[in-house]
Amino acid sequence: MPTVIVNGREIEIGADERLNCIQAAQRADVEIPHYCWHKDLSVVASCRMCLVEVGERKPDGTIAMVPKLVPGCQTPVKAETVIVSNSPAVLAAQKATLEYLLLNHPLDCPVCDQAGECFLQDYSYKYGRGYSRLQEPKLLKPDKDHIGDQITLFTDRCVMCTRCVRFTREISGTGELQVIERGSHAEIDIFPGEPCNNKLAGNVVDICPVGALCSKDFLYEQRVWWLESTSSVCPNCSTGCSIRVDQNKDVVYRFKPRHNPLAQGEFMCDEGRFGYKYINSPDRLTQPLVRLEGDQQPTDWETILPGVRAAIEGAITAKPQAVAAVLSPWMTVEEAYLLAGYLKNLSKEIRLYLGPVRVVGDDDCYPKDVHGNAVAPTRFTIRAEKCPNRQGVEAIIRHFQGSTLSMDDFWKAVSAGQIDAAYLVGGDPHEPWLTDEQGALLDTLKLTIVQDILPSAASRRAHYVLPGGSFAERDGTFVNHAGLAQPIKRAIHSPEEARPDNRILWELAGRRGLFNAGRLRNEIAEHISALQALTHPLGEFGVMLDTPGKPTNASVVANAATSP
Amino acid sequence: MAIQDKEICWVSEPELSFWESTFLPAIAQGLKTTVGHIFDNKTVTQEFPEVKPNLPANFKGVHRLNRDDEGRVKCVACFMCATACPAHCIYIDAAEAPWEDRDKYPERFVIDELKCIYCGMCEEACPCDAIELTSEFDISGQTREEMLYDKDKLLSIFDQTVKLPKDPVRTHGGVLGPASEIVQPMPPGKVPPPLPIISRPANDSSH
Repeated sequence: MPTVIVNGREIEIGADERLNCIQAAQRADVEIPHYCWHKDLSVVASCRMCLVEVGERKPDGTIAMVPKLVPGCQTPVKAETVIVSNSPAVLAAQKATLEYLLLNHPLDCPVCDQAGECFLQDYSYKYGRGYSRLQEPKLLKPDKDHIGDQITLFTDRCVMCTRCVRFTREISGTGELQVIERGSHAEIDIFPGEPCNNKLAGNVVDICPVGALCSKDFLYEQRVWWLESTSSVCPNCSTGCSIRVDQNKDVVYRFKPRHNPLAQGEFMCDEGRFGYKYINSPDRLTQPLVRLEGDQQPTDWETILPGVRAAIEGAITAKPQAVAAVLSPWMTVEEAYLLAGYLKNLSKEIRLYLGPVRVVGDDDCYPKDVHGNAVAPTRFTIRAEKCPNRQGVEAIIRHFQGSTLSMDDFWKAVSAGQIDAAYLVGGDPHEPWLTDEQGALLDTLKLTIVQDILPSAASRRAHYVLPGGSFAERDGTFVNHAGLAQPIKRAIHSPEEARPDNRILWELAGRRGLFNAGRLRNEIAEHISALQALTHPLGEFGVMLDTPGKPTNASVVANAATSP
Repeated sequence: MAIQDKEICWVSEPELSFWESTFLPAIAQGLKTTVGHIFDNKTVTQEFPEVKPNLPANFKGVHRLNRDDEGRVKCVACFMCATACPAHCIYIDAAEAPWEDRDKYPERFVIDELKCIYCGMCEEACPCDAIELTSEFDISGQTREEMLYDKDKLLSIFDQTVKLPKDPVRTHGGVLGPASEIVQPMPPGKVPPPLPIISRPANDSSH
């Protein structure tokens, strides 16, 4: 194994790994500050923040250093490479670079949204000088609100790392952003009338190491140090991007992509990023409702759960094959297992249907060429299937029933009068999951139980309405398009009386104790062969259902180290 | 700049002598004060509210929000006061400023005067001297809601107290300190006055 010496410490790297000095130093827990370098973008070595001393250890043990500082991002390491990032020359260069970057940078940290997660702040604190020697006025450039519908540019905060420019050229391929002017007048801008509105545009805000590009959605909403982050999975398409849910006082303010080499890589799409609004929606179902003499009336959980249980048991006693349950592809594996297990335990003849799977167009692959056609190799895909867990729920239904039945089958059975009682789990918060005509068909049922988060044609007709939780309020597992099982974690409390679905189903199934996703996952893995990979700890990145034992590539894990 | 180990000065408790460890000198010293008061006939009771108390210059009373030269609220809604506040009594809603020269301003600024412990941390934290504690202490209200002071109320306290000879003690009689001045963009061709040069630390060897 090749050895690299970082600040006197020897570390081993893989024989076929291609690392630069920054990555090699990360393995040795040494931070080499950098702005312009990003793991997924090309190298420009323009910010000069990562200057280090580099040399080579000769076979006889002597060390020959390059007689000048070199950018760490642009310098690959090989066997016996020596990296020094703490020598006086390097520290002086870091100070000088930061002083230069701060020449025209306004000191508006108090009003800047990036403050608190800004690498200019962090590096200035760790490596900077602490005061400015500039006596001339700072160059003030006008802010550019027209950069995009979702992004805004505070021009004077920019440090010209050009990460955003490279992102639009290399990842989205749309190339809206560019550098105009030269020297100290250089600015990020768009072509007139061509704003940066591609479906990945929100990522330029994340990769901006300073507060130059800001999200209009999040602008001035919160100071970042008040946000609490929870690792989760974006539920808005079947790619299942790993994300962070940032919340404060049970209000979700933003999603941020989280590095996951098994799922999506580094980024996320705007559809997912801004698809959180429904969580804070005032329309949310917040009270259990029961239909008494024609009217839905609010009730409490202690009353409604025995009522629901009795109603289902009554319907099964009457005619078990006329009882149906619709399991939404927005449910977690655990929730689907609880509901399917509970119902199938009561009667094997109950039919389980897979809820509506919304498919919009085709998979949207990036980068694009100038005509909008996808170019190989694909760097990011927005899936056409707009639900997070079809595979997981299907696996559960297949286990209990042998085969899955679709939503079309359900509506056919309802219009044919074959169904008397239905337990409907909604889910899709973005589009109504049933039409008004389909809703009208539900009037023919003797018992309708709806578990959902937003009102729908079904919830208005239901005999029992169970207000559930959005994905940010639940613990569980989502299985993405490629069979990657990832954990979602509870970030916020449900509004008012609403409860996370897993708790509703846990109590409905009459289980003792509290719902625990990890324990239930083990139980599922024991019973269902298709999901037996869930015995492995899901960890940060999740587990592939077909190749669970495969260790995650070591370099992949190492590269996951915190990086701006 | 991060705090270096060499910049930290560790102090330890002084050792007590045998005589001190009996605590008798300390008790005698305390009793001296007590006994002294028995023979002290000076009246210390103040006839409030007929007589207003003579408060020390650094008394911390009710807050005010300062105005800038154009009469606008000086606050830039940076939330530093709310972050520093140990009683969590400051609520701010930020929004984009309606003015050209500012990015952000407080759309709503509320201080719960009942929750506040008048520690002055908000004033310390404020980067633009927008919030200050005045020497007004006799505030009252009929309901809890009344004691939630909003932006208008806090600005009106500024209007009331700015002309008082005593207020504001921390901003030199209405003239706000140099830290509070908002840097205006310079018209082209005009050279601004030089900023004070900060002397470089002696141990800075980078240049």
